[in-house]
Amino acid sequence: MEQKKHKISMIEKRKEVLASLENLGLKTYEQLDSGYFPSITMPSRSTENIHYDPQLRQYILGDRTVRRSTRNIRHLKPFTQLVWAALFSHELTSQRKTSTLRDVYYSAQAYEMTFTDQEESNNIVTDLETVLGFSREDFSIFPEERSAVFGDLTIEYTVPGYEGRTLNLTSHPDGVLIGPALTSAEFVKTTADKVIAIEKGGLFTRFIEENVHKKFNAILVLTAGQAPRATRHFIRRLNQELNLPVYIFTDGDPWGMHIAMVIISGSANAAHLRELNTPDAKWSGVWATDIVNYKLPTDPLDDVDVKRLYELQKDPRYKDPLWQREIKTFMKIKKKAEQEAFSRYGLTYIVDEYLPEKLEAEK
Amino acid sequence: MAQTTFEEISASDFFYRNRDIAGFTNPSRAIFAAIRELVENSLDAAESLKIPPDIYVRLSYEGEASKETQIYRLRVEDNGIGVPPRHIPSAFGQVLYGSKYKLKQQRGTFGLGGKMALLYGQITTHQPATIISSTGITKIYMYKLMIDIQRNRPLILDRKILLNKEQWRGTIVEFTLEGDYFRAMPKILDYFKQTAMVNPYANLTFVDPKGRLYKLTRITKEMPEPPKETKPHPYGVDVELLQRLIQITPHKNMLDFLKNHFHRVGEVTAQKFLEFSNISPSKNPKKLTHEEIVRLMHMLKKFKDFLAPDASCLSPLGEELLKAGIIKELKPEFVAVHQRKPATYAGHPFIVEVGIAYGGEIPKKDGFLIYRFANRIPLLYDEASDVSVKVIEAMNWRRYKVTPDMPIAIMVHICSTKVPYKTVGKEFIADRPEVRREIANGLREVARQIQRFLTRREHVDREKKRLGVFSKYLPKIAQFSAKLAGKEKLPDIDKLLRSVKRFGAEET
Repeated sequence: MEQKKHKISMIEKRKEVLASLENLGLKTYEQLDSGYFPSITMPSRSTENIHYDPQLRQYILGDRTVRRSTRNIRHLKPFTQLVWAALFSHELTSQRKTSTLRDVYYSAQAYEMTFTDQEESNNIVTDLETVLGFSREDFSIFPEERSAVFGDLTIEYTVPGYEGRTLNLTSHPDGVLIGPALTSAEFVKTTADKVIAIEKGGLFTRFIEENVHKKFNAILVLTAGQAPRATRHFIRRLNQELNLPVYIFTDGDPWGMHIAMVIISGSANAAHLRELNTPDAKWSGVWATDIVNYKLPTDPLDDVDVKRLYELQKDPRYKDPLWQREIKTFMKIKKKAEQEAFSRYGLTYIVDEYLPEKLEAEK
Repeated sequence: MAQTTFEEISASDFFYRNRDIAGFTNPSRAIFAAIRELVENSLDAAESLKIPPDIYVRLSYEGEASKETQIYRLRVEDNGIGVPPRHIPSAFGQVLYGSKYKLKQQRGTFGLGGKMALLYGQITTHQPATIISSTGITKIYMYKLMIDIQRNRPLILDRKILLNKEQWRGTIVEFTLEGDYFRAMPKILDYFKQTAMVNPYANLTFVDPKGRLYKLTRITKEMPEPPKETKPHPYGVDVELLQRLIQITPHKNMLDFLKNHFHRVGEVTAQKFLEFSNISPSKNPKKLTHEEIVRLMHMLKKFKDFLAPDASCLSPLGEELLKAGIIKELKPEFVAVHQRKPATYAGHPFIVEVGIAYGGEIPKKDGFLIYRFANRIPLLYDEASDVSVKVIEAMNWRRYKVTPDMPIAIMVHICSTKVPYKTVGKEFIADRPEVRREIANGLREVARQIQRFLTRREHVDREKKRLGVFSKYLPKIAQFSAKLAGKEKLPDIDKLLRSVKRFGAEET
């Protein structure tokens, strides 16, 4: 029952995306045909218009809007690029193909549309996300894949040529790439009762080798640094569709902290999008207090680390007491530690001692 | 004790010994100066009859003179007024003899240039010159002559009289001289080009020693009003001139003398002046002592109530002709010209005419092309010392949107009964405040005009670019949106494109 509902939702979503792309085309067409300069209004993404919504526990865009009108010569090129990007995405999505941001930049040239640089084309894709309210993965433009998942979860592909095929995500010992095919796959069944997200590849591999997925009944997700949006969305789906709690392990420094925070509360850059964050996910370590309690080998904080801590201290996403306590502790001990620091107690210590304690504490 | 001998030298001898000051400095400069002096005489000769000049110049190779110099035969023909037969020997064989001692604007001033050319030819090749001339009467006179340098007298070697069946009128001068044409060539070609620029009503033909033909054809038969002769203005006289006037005057008292020999001096002014200078009106001018003449000159300059000279003795080119000349020789995209009102310096009236040209065939280089003219003669040497160049350099061109990297040519023409040359070689104009001010004001006027042009052009360029953007992107939007909406037919964007154009037209 539950599974069927998801399947329909994936197809529905694609239909919705295609319809809104077509609608954009039709609106533009009609304006042109009736002798008006086509224009488009969308929420402004300027910093003044990005607000933190405590209800949604993520950044959202405010009421300010910007109008792109082709009457204005400066808007003419970006508008054309936007319509082109919509057309390109429509072709990709309806033919069930995918592309990357880099690919978009080059494909434009086939249409005698030029982007000055990669940044310009990325911006147009972000504009399209803002106009449609869908993230680019929904209209088939993906980042380069680098994050992976491993654990007892059976998925069913929906991509052309693989429709109906299932795969258990323990089938490959290196994990499975979280790419377009996996992102659009349906979840069939799982025995796991939690998700553990890990910042670094080394630890991810160690966890697989140490059978963490079995011992802790967990699905392991490698974020490979700052989690790509597809991965954030994937984690959210694991949490929302399968009701699995999510625990995040990062390095014990301001940057690791923020990797966890973006998974939980999203980023300002994606304020125009929803459903990328997992508000109930937990940051389980490495905390500053862990560094003290476990007497981990450390490096001193350098200037950029300290500066970053001051920024985070004022960030509305960090207002909870736990975060404020950890920030203050970092500032007090002036030290940081990597996930690998646990190896000083032997290769299995982190799995046998640290992990159970932390997971217990979070319950 | 060394003995100093004093000997009187003739005018020819003087110029022979000091040929540098007349521009015959070296073999390449000499050949340029010779062509220039004769062409200018020819232009004057045609203009004095208000006939559009037809001038033919041929330079042919005669043989080696030395390693670096050659002997050339120079022939200059014109359709000018011609020289009456009895004046031919003196006009071409006696230095400082000529028709140019009256006060009106003319190219030559000293009656010197043409003869210097012949003198130089004679010194370097020892050959006589041939002069053929007719004033349009039934006969043509031909003289072969040389100059007796010591005595400053013509030596007639041969004389022929021909029948003038075709009623030809004009003068032909032919003689040989030593020179270096190939070094002089760029300047000579520049000279013809620039002469054509300020004499757009003249036909100039030049055949060089290699047989190459340069033909500069007139584009108009309109000519400027010829200058009227005028009496000297009291502010402009010197002791020499006063003495000459006293010698020739038939008047027996100072009042009549002043009234009859000076420009814009009438009964009342003359009386006021004599009172001011404490000279008796009944004094006989011929009885003035040398000291009194010097004092008279100083008093003439001091007296404030003389009327300014009028400009009827000047013959500026006029804005139309200047413009036509510039268009003909430079083929620019834009030209603006301006003629200043007559002004005076030291009693000499003068008029400044300026022009500025942009784009077209004017080359881009670092800095402006500057063309200087005086009494319709191009000035080609010593540009850096010229007052026009100083004024141009001092101007704030950026104010007028003009930058040195633009293809710009600037013309400055000054005409006067006495052009303030710095040297006898007539190469550059002295920096006099009155002249400087006129040039600066003239340049400001044309600069304002080019500013308007540049602003407008900038605007048109921007507008073109704007239209280009619309006509590039709107069809693409039409194409993409039609495809996205699943429409077969493209939306009609003609109306939009038209509205962009209308919008654009209103803006210009």
